Amino acid sequence: MEEFADIELTVNGEKIAKRVEARQHLVDFLRIELGLTGSHLGCEHGVCGACTVRVDGQIVRGCLMLAIQADGADVWTIEGVSDTGEIEDLQEAFIARNALQCGYCTPGMLLTAAEMMEAGRKMSRTEIREFLSGNYCRCTGYHAIVDAVETTMESRFGG
Amino acid sequence: MKAPRFAYIRPDSLDEVLALLAEHGDEARILAGGQSLMPTLNMRLSRPRVLVDINRIDALKGIGLENGTVRIGALARHAEVMGSDIVAGNLPLVADAMPHVAHVAIRNRGTFGGSIALADPAAELPAVVLALDAELVLASARGRRTVAARSFFNGLYETERGDDEILVETRIPALGPGYRSSFMELARRHGDFALAGVCCHARVDGGVLSDVRLAYFGSDDRPRLAAGASAAAEGKAWSGDVKEAVKDALGGDLDPIGNFHASAATRLHLARVLTGRALDRMVASG
Repeated sequence: MEEFADIELTVNGEKIAKRVEARQHLVDFLRIELGLTGSHLGCEHGVCGACTVRVDGQIVRGCLMLAIQADGADVWTIEGVSDTGEIEDLQEAFIARNALQCGYCTPGMLLTAAEMMEAGRKMSRTEIREFLSGNYCRCTGYHAIVDAVETTMESRFGG
Repeated sequence: MKAPRFAYIRPDSLDEVLALLAEHGDEARILAGGQSLMPTLNMRLSRPRVLVDINRIDALKGIGLENGTVRIGALARHAEVMGSDIVAGNLPLVADAMPHVAHVAIRNRGTFGGSIALADPAAELPAVVLALDAELVLASARGRRTVAARSFFNGLYETERGDDEILVETRIPALGPGYRSSFMELARRHGDFALAGVCCHARVDGGVLSDVRLAYFGSDDRPRLAAGASAAAEGKAWSGDVKEAVKDALGGDLDPIGNFHASAATRLHLARVLTGRALDRMVASG
């Protein structure tokens, strides 16, 4: 029984091999060991969504998964999906609509919004709000974020 | 905060898991989806010596239908249950409840079995399996046994599961002919734990209810089948008077726990209001 283990995973398309402490959660690993500070920690118990990252194609709470559990996984953070251009239109819409002020929740919001786009259709504002319900924003009151997601859906999938 | 130190083991087989649980007993914690365990670790409310990660045990995965019973593997993720055609076609109560279980990112990781084994009194799924009269299959190095959901929940996070046991699957009877169900909950934010919630399941024949099962969450220290309220509707043609009788009887079934989210009286009131609405909807759904 070990409190440390060697893990291998892919982060933003790059192969990583590291020795990690069993108790270290995924976002601490990304921030501290890899210097990827785009994923944020708010509550650290699964309520706020600031730590949202993509693991094996699905968004998860990065604070509720151990780094050791990501052994063999394909992990994407806001840095990676920004570099690939996948969410460029979403990011432009967030800026255009003032969908962020302090920006703390924004990486999590964008990754959640990116998963929403996989529906391949324009959702209703109620559906968008429900999908975003796991991500807290303390600045905007959400309205502008829903606007930005809706605008992006309209431009990608039509009105 | 950060989790305390613990050892981590990721077995490849169920037998290995059972051996580890037999060896470590209550010093071990089973790590399934981790969506409730990880917060307690991060807040140091829990300090296990060993975490046994079951995420790669194939025997615990999957959803199947056999002889009129839906089998949901303990490791089936909420998102998987929510997207399952078997569940949608045979367990409408489960399908109706799933969108209320937490949020997308948590549903992608949290598990059906984990939610039931944890027995959070505010969680949806324990009450759902009560209303559907499900059976829970427990395994240990000593062997397997099946426990009725009705006998499984003993108190606040307390269940029949022994320290050396693991919940391997939930077996739920598929919706029978003439049966209907309805699910309703009230939460401050969509996906948060409920302030009150009800699962209704009954046979409806020409407006007459039978085999009525009303189960509640977000009220007592455990999910609760409301015997009195269910009996008040049993064999009755649905009407405004019956609705009031059911709501009255509910006061004798529930013993709500008040806290800073809502007082006991508020929770009972909300449970009564939801019951009326949910039964109205169930009867009208035919």
